[in-house]
Amino acid sequence: MILNTAFLRSGLTALALSAFLLLSGCSTVPVQVGDTVEEPVFSADRIVPEDFTRADTSSDPWQGFNRTMYRFNYRFDKYVFLPAVSAYQAVLPGFAEQGLHNFFVNFRQISTLMNSILQGDGYKALDTSSRLLVNTTIGILGLFDWATPMGIPYHEEDFGQTLGVWGVGSGPYLVLPILGPSSVRDGVGLGVDWYVRNEVRDWATDLETWQEWTWTILEAIDTRANVSFRYYETGSPFEYEWVRMLYTTKRQLDIER
Amino acid sequence: MKTTIRLFRTLLACSLAVLLSASPAAAYDYPFDDPFVATVVGTPEEYRADLPDKIPLKKRSIKIFEDRVTPDYLFYDDKLRYSYALQDGPAPLVFLIAGTGGSHDGGKNRIMAKAFYQAGFHIIALSSPTYMNFVVAGSKTAVPGHVYKDAEDLYRVMERIWTTLKDRVEVTNFYVTGYSLGGLNTAFVTLLDEERQVFNFKKALLINPPVNLYNSISLLDRMIENIPGGVDNFDKFYNKLVSAFSEVYKKEDTVKLSEDFLYKVYDVLQPKDEELAALIGTSFRISSANMAFTSDLMTDFGFIKPANIRYTENTSPGDLNAVAHRLGFTDYFHAYFYPFYHTGEPSLSRSDIVAQMSLTAIEDYLRTADKIEVMHNRNDLILATGEIDFFSRVFGDRATIYPKGGHCGNMDYPDNVNHMISVFKE
Repeated sequence: MILNTAFLRSGLTALALSAFLLLSGCSTVPVQVGDTVEEPVFSADRIVPEDFTRADTSSDPWQGFNRTMYRFNYRFDKYVFLPAVSAYQAVLPGFAEQGLHNFFVNFRQISTLMNSILQGDGYKALDTSSRLLVNTTIGILGLFDWATPMGIPYHEEDFGQTLGVWGVGSGPYLVLPILGPSSVRDGVGLGVDWYVRNEVRDWATDLETWQEWTWTILEAIDTRANVSFRYYETGSPFEYEWVRMLYTTKRQLDIER
Repeated sequence: MKTTIRLFRTLLACSLAVLLSASPAAAYDYPFDDPFVATVVGTPEEYRADLPDKIPLKKRSIKIFEDRVTPDYLFYDDKLRYSYALQDGPAPLVFLIAGTGGSHDGGKNRIMAKAFYQAGFHIIALSSPTYMNFVVAGSKTAVPGHVYKDAEDLYRVMERIWTTLKDRVEVTNFYVTGYSLGGLNTAFVTLLDEERQVFNFKKALLINPPVNLYNSISLLDRMIENIPGGVDNFDKFYNKLVSAFSEVYKKEDTVKLSEDFLYKVYDVLQPKDEELAALIGTSFRISSANMAFTSDLMTDFGFIKPANIRYTENTSPGDLNAVAHRLGFTDYFHAYFYPFYHTGEPSLSRSDIVAQMSLTAIEDYLRTADKIEVMHNRNDLILATGEIDFFSRVFGDRATIYPKGGHCGNMDYPDNVNHMISVFKE
């Protein structure tokens, strides 16, 4: 764990430093060739009414950084993440893959349980603890999902949602390295959930550092394998804006429900 | 009396036989009569044809124009993406062409891929020439929608992909099919193949194609006017849509967003036709915005983006996003497409090019081209009044017109899947 913490600390410092560099270094303004901007056939002045209200209400003051990170994620996906997913799927037989997936999903229910309680949602807390109980025992540490066929509903609640329920605004939109679209609030939420789960894991198990790393990497690959989104394959030159708008909307709905 | 009865019976039997052969409608139980519902919802799961969950689909990309420098903003589209699935032994091969704004592995191409692969065909799936990645990496002019140029682009892409695969696979015969605009593309690709003879397509199937492209884009542009207050109120429409979705999403706390979620939303909300039309209009509007803006970035024509402004990898389109979504296919046609092609061919009038971009322009060829068949729906929303009759008039019994299904809503309905396969079955 000491190594992990040290690694984390140096990682965070490096991240903060590169974030600063990126924030200061990425302009989102286009390049002009020549002295005056030529008028297009349909200019924004002519087409977009002045009192126009946007459907996209997300705040994105760090767009330069975010766009750069979005591209980084695309490349990470292309050269690291997706090849790893393919290899994982090729090596592991289907049932093992499913078993591991169930295991990680079940383990993450700890976060849902915690956040259901923090949000004062008794039904979700009850459902989630029943799921955890059933799947951790007769589902052999979560490898098998017996709770779903038994009809116990599945919920997902994270600390970002809890903060939202408590009235904390989302803050600026933030594209996180590897993890993707988020916001300041949701980013903090991810960190808190991750920290709590790690504490629970340390309490329940006695894993070596390399085992913890294996866990983290397998969980990351499993998560990626179960998300069908591919960067820059929506067929839209406005993909960045669409993803931002849909992410913001979906999080609002998640908090309301 | 007996003779009368016998005569009557014979007549009845005859007319039944005629009915059965002329229209498959006799027992066509696709669940939605309303073309708007069919177009939006498609085929609900319990009515869908039995298709495999997964086929061994390989996704690849290929550089089509070696010396083309892709603009920074579009760096990720430098190569053309496509997919294929091959059988183990010798088999016929089907090329699939997606519809307006559709990608090679979009929903409807996947239906066709699964259906044909399951029936024993190799498949190669291509994006629509109007799809962003194709505009950037596969289109010679990067100004899509020109049926002859698009056919040449598609044919070039087919040849290039075939070159990379031909040593690994044995093909008995080549076939080609496409839905919507891909259906129109299929007709012109088949026509081009008569001249080039690289594939010598044994058969071609046009699924829900437009007759005249300009008529269809006009109809689609008008659909977005169903947004209450017009496109200026898109934000209100979006918020209404979101709250409608969330009503269901919040109630069904255990449900995840998926394709069947859409059906669930429909089932709970029972939206009016105008609302569905607004939705269809919006979906096509997004396609037109994507296509037009991408094309503008490629050619620096100055349609939406000022011609002397260059986008970097990090540039934010800002308000040009809103401009792009305020312009329809017809704006693209009149203010960009026509002037662009007019420059190269000054004698070309607007009405000339409108007439060229249609199946009617190649009616004589289609009338005698026994290899080309059509599968269409009587209540397809992209056809102008009376246009549906073009198919039976020109193709005769090579056209099968289903009584319902809207625009491509019934493509994975069992009768339609079986029909597609039966056209190519050897």
